[in-house]
Amino acid sequence: MHDLTAITALGGAEARVDRHGGVTLAENSDLALSSVAARLGQEETCAENLTRLLGAAPPAPGKALLSDPLSAVWMGPDQWMIGADYQAHETLAQTCKDVLKSSASVTEQSDAWVCFDLSGAGIQMVMELLCNIDHRRMEPGDATRTSIHHLGCFVVCGEPDAFVRILGPRASAGSLHHALLTAMHSAL
Amino acid sequence: MIIHHPLLGPRDASEFVYLGAATLLDRPDPQTATPDDWHAYAYLRDNPAGPHRELWFHEGGDRSWLVVTRDTTTHEITDVALARDVALERRK
Repeated sequence: MHDLTAITALGGAEARVDRHGGVTLAENSDLALSSVAARLGQEETCAENLTRLLGAAPPAPGKALLSDPLSAVWMGPDQWMIGADYQAHETLAQTCKDVLKSSASVTEQSDAWVCFDLSGAGIQMVMELLCNIDHRRMEPGDATRTSIHHLGCFVVCGEPDAFVRILGPRASAGSLHHALLTAMHSAL
Repeated sequence: MIIHHPLLGPRDASEFVYLGAATLLDRPDPQTATPDDWHAYAYLRDNPAGPHRELWFHEGGDRSWLVVTRDTTTHEITDVALARDVALERRK
């Protein structure tokens, strides 16, 4: 057996945490992700199956379902990103596929994204510098994809001016981290 | 310029990239198309001064393709629809 050491998206042994001006920027390495795309003509069956999987209807456009153990973010028409704790749901894609069967295409996404959690009062000022979505008007459960530092990122509002989750391309984790940290230092 | 995304509301045009005329949705049937059909599909455009239906990609957003009706003389946008809905409607 190989004895390999897992590293985070930023390359560390442990998830990185930065603090500035009352805002905490935390890399979240404990997130399993799977994308779900309904197959043509199977949209309703897929939505029904997803409702069984999530325990609630899949989120509408621009929305996220913030629930435990599985959460979901709307990605596009009849497409969602399912999330869960990695430690408890390492095989999330298989879990999804077992329920959705042939109604949807499921792909493993855990290692494709980097997740940053911004928390603390002042994050709205940071988000204003980062992207052109109106973060002050976002409510808990609002989620949208936008460009941050020229990278396509999902922005999920947990609590206005208290918690926001940003999912960005993992291959650009360092660039995104740099952008977020620079914005924190500029805004706060 | 603001594009009113049918699902996500008003979005800045900088989030989108432009492809070209919406006639690209009408790909000829490979089983029956003649070389002339392919030539027309690939190269011939009307280039109107006025309302123009065109394809835009929401690259910095939800990655959907949109059919945008834009006046080429004023940039006024009169209609925006999801390209998938337009294509699915035609298939009926």
